Order: sequence, then structure tokens, then C-alpha cells
Amino acid sequence: MNTLVLAAEEGAINPVLPHTSEIILGLIAFLLLFFVIKKFVTPRFETLYAERAAKIEGGIEKAEQAQVQAQATLEEYKAQLAEARAEAARIRDDARIEGEQIISELRAKAQEESSRIVAAGQTQLETQRAQIVAELRGELGRLAIDLADRVVGESLEDEVRRRGTVDRFLSELDGTSAPAAK
Amino acid sequence: MTTMVLAAGDEFVAPGVKDFFLPPIFGEVTKPMVLLVLSILIIGAFFIAATRNLKLVPGKFQFAAESLYDIGRNSIAREQIGAKDFKPYVPLVLTIFTFILVNNLFGLIPLVQFPTMSHIGFPLAVSLLVVYPVYHFAGIRRHGLVGYLKNQTMPPGAPWFVLPLLIPIEFFQKFVLNPLTLAIRVFAAMFAGHLLLLVFTLSGEYLLFAGGVTVVVAPVAFFFAIALTFLEALIMVLQAYIFALLSASYIGAALAEEH
Repeated sequence: MNTLVLAAEEGAINPVLPHTSEIILGLIAFLLLFFVIKKFVTPRFETLYAERAAKIEGGIEKAEQAQVQAQATLEEYKAQLAEARAEAARIRDDARIEGEQIISELRAKAQEESSRIVAAGQTQLETQRAQIVAELRGELGRLAIDLADRVVGESLEDEVRRRGTVDRFLSELDGTSAPAAK
Repeated sequence: MTTMVLAAGDEFVAPGVKDFFLPPIFGEVTKPMVLLVLSILIIGAFFIAATRNLKLVPGKFQFAAESLYDIGRNSIAREQIGAKDFKPYVPLVLTIFTFILVNNLFGLIPLVQFPTMSHIGFPLAVSLLVVYPVYHFAGIRRHGLVGYLKNQTMPPGAPWFVLPLLIPIEFFQKFVLNPLTLAIRVFAAMFAGHLLLLVFTLSGEYLLFAGGVTVVVAPVAFFFAIALTFLEALIMVLQAYIFALLSASYIGAALAEEH
């Protein structure tokens, strides 16, 4: 420092004192560069940055949108699935009820049929019996007359023959009716 | 030193101020003047070339330019001025940073080897004639003259009885010291750094060619010259960064509601 002061006193250059020409040149050069940067460089970079930010934000937004959409679709599918499940359950219930109904209907019909068959059989039996009784009744009359004829025909033979005839007739009758009774 | 001089026989001339003021190249034009013009051509051409065809996905060259731009924009202007107001000051901060940076780095580039900012006129032009009016103008436009003066000289939270002391100090600092210290800081760093390099390089050379046993000491001087070159590189970048950072900080402080 001492030497600097000495040098200045001796008329040499003092580095701490600015030269007017250098200040002016420095200012002009700086302002020129500033002008170039402000006019061309900064706007270009800022446009690029804005574009980039917009692009990134747009991408994020798009992704978010896609996510929302996917979520909505998922919900929809879930709802549809639940609906389908409910539908299936409902159909199954319906089918069961219907089946039960059919079974009971069939059962009732069968019951009815069987009772109808039983009733028909009974009626038939009744009729046959009545017919048989009527027939038998006629037969018995005829047989009685037949017997009476024979009895009369044999005429008044002896007691034993008479008795023998009756016995013969009865056994004859037995012989015909016995296999039927069996 | 004396022994060295004695041993050498002829005088060793230590580098000094005169080495910073070389005779003009032609007319009034000196080496730093040429370098200064060269620097704005380099920076301007670099940025124009880099931004001519910007892509959303940057290539290597664009990425380098973007990184440089981002230092000025994000890590200096936005940090110091605030996300709300920094946009209009990005060109200024970027210009200051690159302008000082390239002119400092001239001190290391072979054959050029002269840091332009070691002439105080250049940083002074930037600090006193650009940064100083810009931040005061910004502050006055934001807060009005009275509001701005109050904002700048009365730190909030200061007890009333220190104000008589505080106001002159703050005023002196904001309106007189700031631009001067801004310029002197980078000038002094460049001046001292270049002088150091000169001392080690020239003395190394002298020791080498002086003859005698001093030759063995010469590599030590060269070693230090190289080590100091690396240190200088750091300081050059750092000083450019600090200059831009403080400029942005002054603007930020002028714009801030309370600081």
C-alpha cells in the first residue's frame, strides 16, 4: 500500500482511481450486453420454460384425468358386477320357487289322479259286486227251481234217494264254487 | 530477497502496479478495453447461438446454456428478490454474472491472461452506474420516496433509542458504501490475485535463469503459481457470483416490505 501511495505521489498510476474512459467503456459494453440478453436471450428462455411447465402440467393433468376416468370405469364395473350378482340370485330364487311350485302342483295332480283311480276302482268294484249279486240272485232262483224240478222229478222216492240227490247237488255246487272261493 | 538479488547479479524487478497498466495497443485503446469488448461478443454470441433453436428436451449445448441461465435466474435472482418480483431483473442479474465472470476468467486464459476487472473502472461502471440506480429506482417506485427511505434506513424491530445511531449508518451504507464495496471487492480480488500469480511466475522465471543454486528453488515457485491458478479460478467464479448475488440482494431489499 505504501508503495502504491508513493507511486501515486511520484506521478505513476494509482490503481484505485478509476479511469473515466474505462468507466464509460465499461458502461457502454455492459449496457450493450444487457440489451442483447434482455431482448433476445431472456424472452427465449422464459418462453421455453413456460412451454416446458405447461407441457409438464398438461401431462400431469392428463394423467390425473386418466386416473379419474379409470376410477369411474372401475366403479361402473363394480356396480355392474353387483347388479349381475343380484340378478343371478334373483333368478335362482325365482327358479327355486318355480320348481317348488311345479313339484307341489305335480304332487297335487298325482294325488288327485291316484284318488281318482282309487275311486274309479271302487265304483267299478261296487258295480261288479252289484252285478254279481244280481246275477247270483237270478242263478240262485234258477238253481232253486232246478233243484225243485229234480226233487219233484225224482218224485217221491225214498227218503234216502231224496237225501242223496240233495247231497249230490250240493256237492256238485261245492265242486263248481270251491275253486272260485279259493 | 536481497541474497537472491545479490546472487543473480542483476536486479530482480518485483511485479507491481505498472504491470496492470500496459502501454496502449494503438491510440487510446488498451488491452483491458479490447478484452472487455471481446467479452460481450463472446457472451452475446454464446447466448444467441444457444437460444436460437431451443428445444423442450435440451441437447448438451442447450443444457449448458440453460444451466448458466438458471444460476442467474433461479439461484441468484429468485433467491434474493423473491419469486414474486424477480422476473424483470433476470436479464440484469444474468448480464452482471456473465459479464463479470468472463472478464475475470480472462485472467486465466493463456495468452490473454489479464483479468479485466482488475481495472476498477469496469466494475465501478456496473455497480455505480447500473446496480445503484436500478435498486434505488425500484425501491422508490415500489414504496415512494419517503416510504423507501424509511424502509431502507429504519430496520423494523430496532428499539427507538438506537435509531439516531442506526439511521445515519444505514443511510451511509445503502447510499454510499454499497456500490463502492461491490466494485472494490471484485477489483481487489482480481488485482491481488493477478499480482500473486505474477510474483510467483516472474520470480520462478528469474530463479530459473539467474544461474547458480537458485535453480533448485524455481520449481517451488512454479508449483505455487500453478496451485494459485486453481485458487484464482475459484475466486474468479466466486467473485462474479458474489457481485451478482449482492446486486440481486440490494434489489430484493429495496423491494421488500420489511427486511
